[in-house]
Amino acid sequence: MSTIHPFLRLSGLESLVIKPESLFVNVGERTNVTGSKKFDRLIKAENYEEALSIARQQVEGGAQVLDVNMDDALLDGERAMVKFLNLLQSEPDVAKIPIMIDSSKFHIIEAGLKCVQGKCIVNSISLKEGEEKFIQEALVCKDFGAAVIVMAFDESGQADNIPRRIEISERAYKILTEKVGMDPQDIIFDLNVFPVATGIEEHNNNAVDFIEATKEVKRLMPLTHVSGGVSNLSFSFRGNDTVREAMHSVFLYHAIKAGMDMGIVNAGQLQVYEQIEPQLKELVEDVILNRNPDATDKLLAFAETVKSKGKEQVKDEAWRKESVEKRLTHSLVNGITDYIEVDTEEARLKYPKPLDVIEGPLMDGMNVVGDLFGSGKMFLPQVVKSARVMKKSVNYLFPFIEAEKEKLRKENIEKGILTENEEGAAKILMATVKGDVHDIGKNIVGVVLGCNGYEVIDMGVMVPAEKLLAKAKEINAAMVGVSGLITPSLDEMVHVAKEMQRNHFDIPLLIGGATTSRLHTAVRIAPEYDNGVIHVLDASRSVTVVGSLLNKDSKDEYLKDIRDEYAKLREDFANKRAVKPMVTYEEAKKNKYKADWENYHPVKPKMLGVKAFKDYDLREIITHLDWQPFFIAWELHGKFPQILSDKVTGEAATKLFEDAQLLLRKIIEERWLTASGVIGLWEASAIDDDSVEITTQKGEKFRLEFLRQQMKKAAGQPNRSLADFIKPGGDYMGAFAVSIHGIEPHLQRFIDQMDDYNKIILQALADRLAEAFAETMHERVRKEFWGYAADEDLTNEALIREMYQGIRPAPGYPACPEHTEKRKLFKLLNATENSGTILTDALAMYPASSVCGWYIAHPDSTYFGVGKILKDQVEDYAARKGVSVQESEKWLRPQLAYDV
Amino acid sequence: MKSHPINDLLKKRILIIDGAMGTQIQGYKLSEEDFRGEAFKDSKKDLRGNNDLLSITRPDIIKGIHKGYLDAGADIIETNTFSSTSIAQADYELSHIAYDLNIAAVQCAKDAVAEYMKENPDSEPKFIAGAIGPLNKTLSLSPDVNNPGYRTVTFDEVAAAYYEQISGLSDGGADLLLIETIFDTLNAKAAIYAIRKYFRESGKEELPIMISGTITDASGRTLSGQTLEAFYISVMHARPLSVGLNCALGAKEMRPHIQELSGLAACYTSAYPNAGLPNAFGEYDETPDVTSHIIEEWAKEGFLNIVGGCCGTTPEHIRHIKEAVEKFKPRPLPELVEA
Repeated sequence: MSTIHPFLRLSGLESLVIKPESLFVNVGERTNVTGSKKFDRLIKAENYEEALSIARQQVEGGAQVLDVNMDDALLDGERAMVKFLNLLQSEPDVAKIPIMIDSSKFHIIEAGLKCVQGKCIVNSISLKEGEEKFIQEALVCKDFGAAVIVMAFDESGQADNIPRRIEISERAYKILTEKVGMDPQDIIFDLNVFPVATGIEEHNNNAVDFIEATKEVKRLMPLTHVSGGVSNLSFSFRGNDTVREAMHSVFLYHAIKAGMDMGIVNAGQLQVYEQIEPQLKELVEDVILNRNPDATDKLLAFAETVKSKGKEQVKDEAWRKESVEKRLTHSLVNGITDYIEVDTEEARLKYPKPLDVIEGPLMDGMNVVGDLFGSGKMFLPQVVKSARVMKKSVNYLFPFIEAEKEKLRKENIEKGILTENEEGAAKILMATVKGDVHDIGKNIVGVVLGCNGYEVIDMGVMVPAEKLLAKAKEINAAMVGVSGLITPSLDEMVHVAKEMQRNHFDIPLLIGGATTSRLHTAVRIAPEYDNGVIHVLDASRSVTVVGSLLNKDSKDEYLKDIRDEYAKLREDFANKRAVKPMVTYEEAKKNKYKADWENYHPVKPKMLGVKAFKDYDLREIITHLDWQPFFIAWELHGKFPQILSDKVTGEAATKLFEDAQLLLRKIIEERWLTASGVIGLWEASAIDDDSVEITTQKGEKFRLEFLRQQMKKAAGQPNRSLADFIKPGGDYMGAFAVSIHGIEPHLQRFIDQMDDYNKIILQALADRLAEAFAETMHERVRKEFWGYAADEDLTNEALIREMYQGIRPAPGYPACPEHTEKRKLFKLLNATENSGTILTDALAMYPASSVCGWYIAHPDSTYFGVGKILKDQVEDYAARKGVSVQESEKWLRPQLAYDV
Repeated sequence: MKSHPINDLLKKRILIIDGAMGTQIQGYKLSEEDFRGEAFKDSKKDLRGNNDLLSITRPDIIKGIHKGYLDAGADIIETNTFSSTSIAQADYELSHIAYDLNIAAVQCAKDAVAEYMKENPDSEPKFIAGAIGPLNKTLSLSPDVNNPGYRTVTFDEVAAAYYEQISGLSDGGADLLLIETIFDTLNAKAAIYAIRKYFRESGKEELPIMISGTITDASGRTLSGQTLEAFYISVMHARPLSVGLNCALGAKEMRPHIQELSGLAACYTSAYPNAGLPNAFGEYDETPDVTSHIIEEWAKEGFLNIVGGCCGTTPEHIRHIKEAVEKFKPRPLPELVEA
């Protein structure tokens, strides 16, 4: 049974659990109008954005909780608190830590609690105005789940000695735990840090009293916490940061040992206790611990000699030295607005047109953001932040683009996209559909279109169809774009299309968003609206699409092309589901391929059993390398080696080939990759039309199940199954698995170097090596281990064209498309151990560059595709395998000629 | 709450909560007229798609869906009140009927339970969970990217809307309150706040609270950006009967999160995933045996106390899930250590 400890648990976007070993929780104090002049000035100037950057500095400086205080007579504290906290939620780097809502006015605290989703600390409540008010306020805190700081203050005033501190704390504890029902771990006592070294003798023991009281409170109420405002301590040394910081460090050193576990400090300005200059440390220690009556005077004298050197903020600014493109990406990814204008200006001067900055470095940066988001390395609020940085940059470029736009507009008039009397740019209306709140992609599309000279009107998120269409009429929109990220949005888009049809719209409807697809648009949305429905894959496509639609000359043709394309998609979609002529499973079995078994004498393999090959020589493997699929992987289609001299692609292909050769040489010479494989050959016998039984050397039996073609065949053409090639009553079969290992560190290196080109070459080469390895093993099996073609002598080209006898079909591929048979193959070969190939739950092989398959030797054996099959065969197959029909249907889904 | 009868059952076995309401309703292919019924025949707004309205206009269908889940083995059924708040109903200009929607929805559930009990007099008790949805307006996120501090709604407005819903659910006779599909924790906190306030002011005994969040993106966070642990800490003060996850993910994708939660939660845990991830058409096509197979493994690992289905799941899924988990012991409550 697990256990749950009564720790103080707080949260922002992330959790903060304060355990006994947590040492000390730093509470950032600079977002406090009474504590920071700069923050105060920014809030009063309504410059909340920059005020937020103070919060960020606090987090970067190590604050684990952020104290926010807006208590100022000249300020509407409640409004400022709400405004700042709401803005803060959009800054994930800051919002990740818990908030301490700090005010002497409870209505401000309550307003603050209503803005924060995480578990906060309220700073503070006290018995100052009596028990009733204390309970009332504590109950509100409890309704919001907030922890509370209780000031050591009661009806008769502030506690300034040890007994009073303890008395008030115990009383408050009793009320909170017994009357309010608060958990003890949610109670934090502020035991009042008072100044020392003030010259007033009564103050000399202030720090000692605090430390002693802390010890006692923690002894009496061990689950509670003790906090305090540390800077108060050094009040008399204002202006001398060196001494102040030393005092804070020394004080905390002793107070923490006594049990103080939280404190409001300037986290970035704390000296490490051990590193305080020894003489200063000695003097400060005397003052804090009140060890010596002259301590104050000595420290004052020393302080005169210390020139306060204002410490610089230590921040990692190395990225500022990178190229402007990298800096823009850095700002976008990290959501930093501080330098965006400077960098944007630099980029503007560097690029020919202001628009190029957006389409180039800014879009590149947003692509990085998109990739990180897609892979879960960024999350939504961060992406929104990135979008803001983007927006800021675009705003900066705006006036420059305006001039550019005017030029474009004139060109557009000449080109016929706009007419003279149209006022400005064509208006494009966009919205995220009703029920959906996602709009980042849509915003990016908006930005890109806006930058291309179009006027974009964005209605925001969760926009109902009727509002959208009313607006479209009102502004005379040239087209409407709808977006959505969650799947119910797809239905809503269909609804929008229907409504446009019903209301006789004649402008195109654009569909976009992560959940949408060209297929869905073609099949479900486009048929509902006659005047153009176009799926837009991403922001970069939107410019072409919109341009084509607005050009009066090309619009009709463009729409016709889209319509034809979608009609074709619909047709394919329907065809895929349409039933082609099929025969029953019984009929198919009757029409099997009938080998002449009487005159066929299977060759007994020279080796029976399993043989593993570790670290196989890559030099031998590469003699079997088939380059053609390598070029296909690069979307270069054509025969190898002719492709190298092709008029169109020859140059690119040759360059690629050279680079690949170079990398291949490195792979071999520097041993980047290793090859391991395993083969096995056993006695086998067809025991039923579509079942084959393998018997291992140890006498273990494995029943393999195959599938048979069920499409109606022309006369004389058999309905094939791989089982047709195994002789009933006595034959042989084999299997193999090969893998190319060790690619990961090299891939990572290319990823780190942002070298996609070599990364893809490496991956494609590893795949080719795995195939070549399979080919190598197959040849050796034919000639050597099985030996049924001992005198075979074929060129590599002939091998590639499969001019040899026998086949090596892989489970999951057309001739035996059902993947779960791989489990038997792996078991027979003990492949996990012998070739290091791992079969995942989804029956994929790892490493990715792996190949496995069966060996069949019959001279007539050939590759074929099983194609679609009917339920009668699926039922028979499931029965043979001893699984449910549903289970089989799951694995055979692409094969099924019927709907489940 | 200590004496609530559900606690006895939770100690004994894994309880089953029902499956989807919305996708079941879609199966009836109802027309605008079905949604309007007599009561709303003159509405100026299109009402099709306002599923909660069917509790009033087609109670037969809602009761039938509940009954289907009870027959499939559900111990807890959720009322058809996901959007029965004045805020969510504003889209249909039906804010004024929010209270009535909740009363009617609980009645549908009660009728289904009564019918089931008549047919199965020896059955263990069944529980009606008043479903409190996330609202279509959020308190932590701005809909305007240029004005991130902007909010379309205030905490007090949200709390007031929930208060009204809770009063309807409680007056109607719900046994439990289920705050679900939470993608913005602050909305959920407003619901908790409203529950506290309602029971304090009405003087009624507080109903057990179930809480169910939604992890939406690949980073494993809620839409409002919280990690799972941060989410749990933020709602702990509700002292919930259970905390769990639902929607957005299929069982396969939900597994790591439910595992994490089962290690964190001091209360019971619940999970009701979607029937897989939607296909290119936004349809859920994971079959009952696939879903139940994954959930069986959770039960085996001891992650669960309450389990069921969300979008796309059917009575058939629930039946399979029940069969898959009934042989396993429920997750024991963690021990609370003193200091």
